[in-house]
Amino acid sequence: MKATAWTRAYRRRAPGEPRAIGYVYILPALIVYAAFLLYPFGQAVWLSFVHWDGLTVATPAGFDNYRALFSDASLRAPFLHALLLLVFYAALPVAIGLLLAALMSRVRIRGMTFFRTVLFLPQVLALIVVGVAWRSILAPDGLLNDALRAVGLGGLARPWLGDYTWALPAVGIVGTWVGTGLCMVLFLAGAQRIPRELYEAARMDGAGPLREFLTVTLPGLRPQIAVALTLTIVAGLRNFDLIYITTSGGPGNATSVPAYEVYHRAFETNQVGSAAAVGVALTVLIFVLTVTVSRLVEGRRA
Amino acid sequence: MELARTRARRPRGRAVPAALAVGVVLLAAGCVPGTDGSGAAGAGTGAATAIPDPAKAGKTTLTVWDQEIRGGTNGEIQELNREFEKKYPNVRIKRVARSFTDLKTTLKLAVSGNNPPDVIQANQGYPDMVAFVRAGLLAPLDNYAGVYDWNTRYPGTLLGLNRVSADGNDFGRGRLYGISQTGEYIGLYYNKDLLNRAGLQPPRTWGEFTDGLARLKDRGELPVQFGNLDKYPAIHTFGVLHDQLGATGARDTVLGRGDGFDNAATKDAAATLADWMKRGYLPGGANGLGYDDAAKKFASGDGAYLLTGTWQLADLKKSMGGKLGIMPPPPAKAGGDPVTTGGQGLAWSITSRSRHPEVAAAYLDFLTDAHAADVMTRHGVLPAVPGKAAEQVSPDSADGQMIAGWKRLSVADGLVPYLDYSTPSFYDTLSAALQGVISRKTSPDTFAATLQKDYGAFMKKQREQHKATPAPAGTR
Repeated sequence: MKATAWTRAYRRRAPGEPRAIGYVYILPALIVYAAFLLYPFGQAVWLSFVHWDGLTVATPAGFDNYRALFSDASLRAPFLHALLLLVFYAALPVAIGLLLAALMSRVRIRGMTFFRTVLFLPQVLALIVVGVAWRSILAPDGLLNDALRAVGLGGLARPWLGDYTWALPAVGIVGTWVGTGLCMVLFLAGAQRIPRELYEAARMDGAGPLREFLTVTLPGLRPQIAVALTLTIVAGLRNFDLIYITTSGGPGNATSVPAYEVYHRAFETNQVGSAAAVGVALTVLIFVLTVTVSRLVEGRRA
Repeated sequence: MELARTRARRPRGRAVPAALAVGVVLLAAGCVPGTDGSGAAGAGTGAATAIPDPAKAGKTTLTVWDQEIRGGTNGEIQELNREFEKKYPNVRIKRVARSFTDLKTTLKLAVSGNNPPDVIQANQGYPDMVAFVRAGLLAPLDNYAGVYDWNTRYPGTLLGLNRVSADGNDFGRGRLYGISQTGEYIGLYYNKDLLNRAGLQPPRTWGEFTDGLARLKDRGELPVQFGNLDKYPAIHTFGVLHDQLGATGARDTVLGRGDGFDNAATKDAAATLADWMKRGYLPGGANGLGYDDAAKKFASGDGAYLLTGTWQLADLKKSMGGKLGIMPPPPAKAGGDPVTTGGQGLAWSITSRSRHPEVAAAYLDFLTDAHAADVMTRHGVLPAVPGKAAEQVSPDSADGQMIAGWKRLSVADGLVPYLDYSTPSFYDTLSAALQGVISRKTSPDTFAATLQKDYGAFMKKQREQHKATPAPAGTR
């Protein structure tokens, strides 16, 4: 009897449709995923509802830790900083990446591979190394200020990472530098998949380079743009290393970001519950933003 | 590595002090919740009544977690560990050495886990030592201090910094939970060549020092090298200025019995710091310059003075040699008593669940006795209690000056604890506010009010805690 029911259920589906047996195939991966991601995440959620110093007995906190995200200025600020940083970590790399890809796919340059590699290089470096290098570039006597002085713009020189107004954009520029190469390579790969005929058609209709870019290249790159935005947004929001190395959230608290705040609260000031709440809120924010991006940019097609 | 070292020199812990407006309140065991209740704060006061003999302990492995990874201290610990194992062949020391930051972030899990190390280096103050005591994870050492004469070996001020009240609320008094090997203080390093060229002598008074700054500036030299990108160095600089204006008040405040920070000393010290920035006595981009970078610049001859801890001496001496001098910040009057920010290295503590507390105690004694002091001196490390070898160091060398300064400070009781010990959040509050003062974004009045807000709120919390947990009869 059972066999018949099974066979019937099996036959009802068209070939290639999802089947129960599929879950068995993904089971090993699922177990690993659950053990190392879902379970710890559940724990983090639980921790965010308690006041805990990491050692003594925890006391229930209700929604206190979450309420503090809105009421406590020192917790609100990191989120605002993170959103502002997204301009540098996501918007600019995508824009510059598009520009570079458009240029590179149009103009034939000698040693193209070399330029591509150089631009991609920041992506390969450990962020710690990037942070240390930029810390010395942005130092009061660093490369940037020396260069400004050399061209007679000494008035613009400043201690970039120690300046209340400029520290956040300065860290942002580092993020732009890191992210641009990845976006460019993604877009170059995408551009190669756009059918040549579309370009020929556009040219026959008398389109200039700009028109061609807007009507052919840009729509053709939509999936790549969605991927690039998702990757850069996630990288930007969970950005910890750069802040840790370059400013430790300073001057004052001008460059503190949620990911740094999680570390700071959990390990440095014994506020584990609050740290967990920041972490959970950050996860939710990342989730919401990435879903929005894939809906808006990629469209429902995916 | 560089980073680890930078971080390692953060002022010790944002500690907590002790507010006792309400008298000394000491508590019994059960009142303090521990993670599992197995070793709440009051469990025992150290079991020993006679000097323990590790040789009789049988085959023993002692697990030790420390943060002495820098050249001098690492060498000294390695040598002492080897000697201890030689003296007691039945004891093996399993050493886990990590940078200060790495130790700080992993220690909490290690000591509260099922298999804690026997000996750990606990950072003084609220986030580490006080929190561990409150959770019942450290063993009190008062009895060992008795049998080993630690009470007389160390000055009371230094021992006090390793004390926590039995209820785990107050830092700086109560039971002894650790013993420190090394001493440290914020000294005034100077470049002899630069002072000579400006026709200056190492200053004998604070006035002479500040007059000299103007003279150096006029000659186009940078008077004081300083980098505050890492946020904490300004705590040291400000601490020295603050001490000049009221050391006693500052110490009382840090230990929770003073009148706080909303006073003339705080405002004047902040105003002085801002004024030094304005006059160019400190580098203009100080908030954007790293701590290590500033030290390197000073070592390469940029800057006549450097105000920082004795832990920098070995590195600076390596590149500056005989040009380097160090002294405690000069007193107000010639020949007067010096004061400065300082204290001691991290405390060596025994965990409450160690299976070999007596061997551990013997090890602690071995690390801090007169012989150990000589080993430290040979490795260029400042022992908390200098021994014979320290007397043989040439008084004209930077090492000799450092040791002499330490002795003068000890005799004059001139050490004021790091200001960031004041409350659990004070490191954040103080370092962020000082970056504001340095970029002249925060006025001295606002600065004082910001500190007082943090301090006042914590004192209020402490008072409530004391009221809520009155001392039961029959406890100390």
